[in-house]
Amino acid sequence: MDILNAFVTLLNFVIIPATAYGAQLALGALGVTLIYGILRFSNFAHGDTMAFGTMIVILCTWGLQGAGVTFGPLPTALLALPVGIALTGLLVIGTDRVVYRFYRRQKAKPVIYVIASLGVMFIMNGIVRFIIGVDDQRFADGERFIISARTFRDLTGLEEGLAFRTSQGITIVVALIAMGLLFWFLNRTRTGKSMRAFSDNEDLALLSGINPERVVMITWLIVAALATTAGTLYGLDKSFKAFTYFQLLLPIFAAAIVGGLGNPVGAILGGFLIAFSEVGVTYAFRKVVEYLGPEGWSPDGLMQLLSTDYKFAVSFGILLIVLLFRPTGIMKGKSV
Amino acid sequence: MTRSLDTRALLMFALVGMLFVGTGFVQSWNIALGIFNMGLISAIMALGVNMQWGYAGLFNVGVMGFAALGGLAAVLVSMPPQQDAWAAGGVQVLLGLVLGAATIVLAILAWSKLPAGRMRALTMIVILVGGFFLFRSVFDTGVAAVEAVNPSAAGYLGGLGLPVILAWPVGGLLAAGAAWIIGKTALGLRSDYLAIATLGIAEIIIAVLKNEDWLARGVKNVTGIPRPVPYEVDLQQTEWFLDLAARMGASPVIFSSIFVKLCYAALFIVVLLALIWLSEKAWNSPWGRMMRAIRDNEVSASAMGKNVKARHLQVFILGSAIIGMAGAMMTTLDSQLVPGTYQPLRFTFLIWVMVIVGGSGNNWGAVLGGFLIWWLWIQVEPIGAFVMQGITAGMDPDAWLRGHLMDAVAHMRLLTMGVILLVVLRFSPRGLIPER
Repeated sequence: MDILNAFVTLLNFVIIPATAYGAQLALGALGVTLIYGILRFSNFAHGDTMAFGTMIVILCTWGLQGAGVTFGPLPTALLALPVGIALTGLLVIGTDRVVYRFYRRQKAKPVIYVIASLGVMFIMNGIVRFIIGVDDQRFADGERFIISARTFRDLTGLEEGLAFRTSQGITIVVALIAMGLLFWFLNRTRTGKSMRAFSDNEDLALLSGINPERVVMITWLIVAALATTAGTLYGLDKSFKAFTYFQLLLPIFAAAIVGGLGNPVGAILGGFLIAFSEVGVTYAFRKVVEYLGPEGWSPDGLMQLLSTDYKFAVSFGILLIVLLFRPTGIMKGKSV
Repeated sequence: MTRSLDTRALLMFALVGMLFVGTGFVQSWNIALGIFNMGLISAIMALGVNMQWGYAGLFNVGVMGFAALGGLAAVLVSMPPQQDAWAAGGVQVLLGLVLGAATIVLAILAWSKLPAGRMRALTMIVILVGGFFLFRSVFDTGVAAVEAVNPSAAGYLGGLGLPVILAWPVGGLLAAGAAWIIGKTALGLRSDYLAIATLGIAEIIIAVLKNEDWLARGVKNVTGIPRPVPYEVDLQQTEWFLDLAARMGASPVIFSSIFVKLCYAALFIVVLLALIWLSEKAWNSPWGRMMRAIRDNEVSASAMGKNVKARHLQVFILGSAIIGMAGAMMTTLDSQLVPGTYQPLRFTFLIWVMVIVGGSGNNWGAVLGGFLIWWLWIQVEPIGAFVMQGITAGMDPDAWLRGHLMDAVAHMRLLTMGVILLVVLRFSPRGLIPER
């Protein structure tokens, strides 16, 4: 029995990575859920919006690095983030003007918006591939670790090392700040309140003089900020590849639906739920069990429930369970 | 059937036909026929999507998964069985699968038969967890044994060794089974939920194909799937074929390749025509009117006593079966199953562009869209390269920007498809051949 080492292993391979991944998913799911709440459709272009924002951040980071500007121990990408958010904001507002506003005026069915968002997805995907290509791009710089495995071992004298990467720390901190800002905005400011009113009851909101176009524009801006931040954090943590961002769509949607579409708190809960299940189910628990079991004993198999290739199956499985038993999500979301 | 095609539609078909004939003259007949064959398959997939979207308003973005299941059927039906692998662990793998299925059935039974309460949930969890570990212990050893048999050339169970044409209906059945599972859970909820559920199942099907080596060799790919048509090399040694080639004044090598493509085209055309005939019959039947009534107003349709959810499930399964069939035909045409090539943009969203552009709710429109968009998808790249050559002609040949722009041509097609989709959706939302 060696509980301490078992716990450190678990922390190192499951809890920390899942928290970082969960924060990224939560930011992504917040974007999806906001669009759903205000514009009332599932935005399939969200993954590619994230990819676009991240691409701008990467290009800007390269420019800064070229000019010799760095952010000390922190990644330069954080400096480039505002530029990415601004340009992505311009792009999504432009998209709204050119594409979605027309259907809003027509009061088109939600599914028409979804199809339009497919078209937007194609175009954004094309633009990203056109500019930065399809290859993996790494753009993290600065200190790699807050605590490296070796330092931790020396510090505590434990057998297991604990590596806490800067990108993971930054992800958690930035995500907390972003969520705090969002909830402050939604609950305390006039504009935020008008957004919530619009989401709850469109007719009543219109009646009380809320300008729908303004609400929609601000929603898109917030979504651009959330998407760019989520994408950049994911890229710093792992790496940037256009196709991976498209594939993130599934866990992000799963998180938003599991939490209850249109409910921001639910989106955050959903993000962490999906991330922890994905990492937990695909992690090989052999080492942890080894530490917990009697001395000198080790389990036969890897103690892995599913191979990592099936991580999509995890988010999908959770999604199915929620759809079967509680279609409105954990937190009460919009109508079924 | 003639009623359904007015002058405008015929004109459209003539125009698209001219695109193919033009390709034949400008590039080569071999290329034109190659595009035409895939166009036929795309048209069938578009028919399936149109059945779901145009008839019933169901939004399926898992086309890729259903097509891949069809491809799997081609392998399972037509490849020769691997006797050694079966002897090593085939039975055990099957037993594992049966155990897994039994667990799920048992859990569902427990859920529906036991009285509601904490005991029920607990029983179900115990059944599921216990069943999972039992399944893994039986299944994993079987899989390891199968995959150890001659892994470089086989390492899988093989198929049944039957004619590959049989795989087409089997592919339809496999896809229908998957559609039943999805439909049972996601239909009856918001339309977006079906979309996300289908998106998920498609990714999972591809993940299974990539990772379950015992099934279809995973990313090692299955090649050399038997053909329903003669092989070029055999034709080139056949007396009558050489005579025919000589009479046509063509070289036997090129002519054999064209001849094989024509054989495929004939098979596919038969399937396509049969499906169009059936679809049109269904569209004009009371059943078709009922589907449209449900699509246009679910509340009033259910007030008339129509079971909306059951009808949706029915049409969802039918459409998916057609897509699965087309997927099997595609794998037959390629003679290989390469799971890595299944990309959602190419297999799911492109089919959607075909349906929207061609005209949702019109079978002929879907077919037209299939041919037109497939032709564009292939030809945008050479056209783009040509245009880009013109744009960058003034630049220094070694300039960085020029190289980047020329490389980027490969991504033009996504951009073009997105623009086409948005433009059609906005300015001609009913498509090129609108619903009557």
